[in-house]
Amino acid sequence: MTGAATPLVGYLLVAALLFAIGLAGALTRRNAILVLIGIELMLNAANLNLIAFWRYGPHPEALTGMMFAIFSIAVAAAEAAVGLGLVISIHRHAKTTDLDQMNRMKG
Amino acid sequence: MNIPFYLIAALTVLGGSAAVLLKNTVHCALALTIAFAGLAVLFLQLDAQFAGFAQILVYIGAVAILVVFAILLTRGSETPKDGVFSHTWLAGLAVAAAVFSVLGWAVLQSVPGLPYTPAAAPIVTVNDIGKALMGRYVLPLEIVAVLLTAALIGAVIVAMHEKEGTK
Repeated sequence: MTGAATPLVGYLLVAALLFAIGLAGALTRRNAILVLIGIELMLNAANLNLIAFWRYGPHPEALTGMMFAIFSIAVAAAEAAVGLGLVISIHRHAKTTDLDQMNRMKG
Repeated sequence: MNIPFYLIAALTVLGGSAAVLLKNTVHCALALTIAFAGLAVLFLQLDAQFAGFAQILVYIGAVAILVVFAILLTRGSETPKDGVFSHTWLAGLAVAAAVFSVLGWAVLQSVPGLPYTPAAAPIVTVNDIGKALMGRYVLPLEIVAVLLTAALIGAVIVAMHEKEGTK
């Protein structure tokens, strides 16, 4: 594969940039679904870091970083399912997904 | 230098930026799919075939579809009149820029200590991953199984129609 020609710092910078983009999205958007999209981007950036360190680490055959990334993908899928279920439930209750208008926890 | 890496990295970052910047929510979900696909290709470049294909299956196959369903169910594709960004968007942008500058500074400071060339490409078959999951990582695997079951049931219960009179 071609990955060996790219230094590790390239992957780390891409992951940092993606994390910052996801954080900006989660902090600035009004739509709750877009906030979830930002969180997913942040989780993916962390996964890229895990895989890159696994590949460039001294013992890639131990599979540690790869396993971390796979479990992280599974947990992120669970988080997305519950988060979007909550958004649908709140939309049914409050008729909006605008976070600026959600200022009560009690229905 | 490595031209494919730069192309894929640019595609991924552009997809991610479009996913948080576009006005139409459906377009955001499509841009998010591009970012997920770019990340999957980056995983494949790093010789992590299993993680790359799991990324395609789980993120493009499930999470992106789930996001589109949620957008359509909540009519989120209608652009609100008073803008798509929160009124505290400047503070959020400043926090994100500060986080990126700290992360980038830390990465660039540690360049001399980072390994420049990776170890020889490890030959990792799905067989190895399966054996590791059933051996050394069996406890986390079981916990993830319980978590996924709980999340599935929880998501269904949360999104289920409320019966009249139970409020």
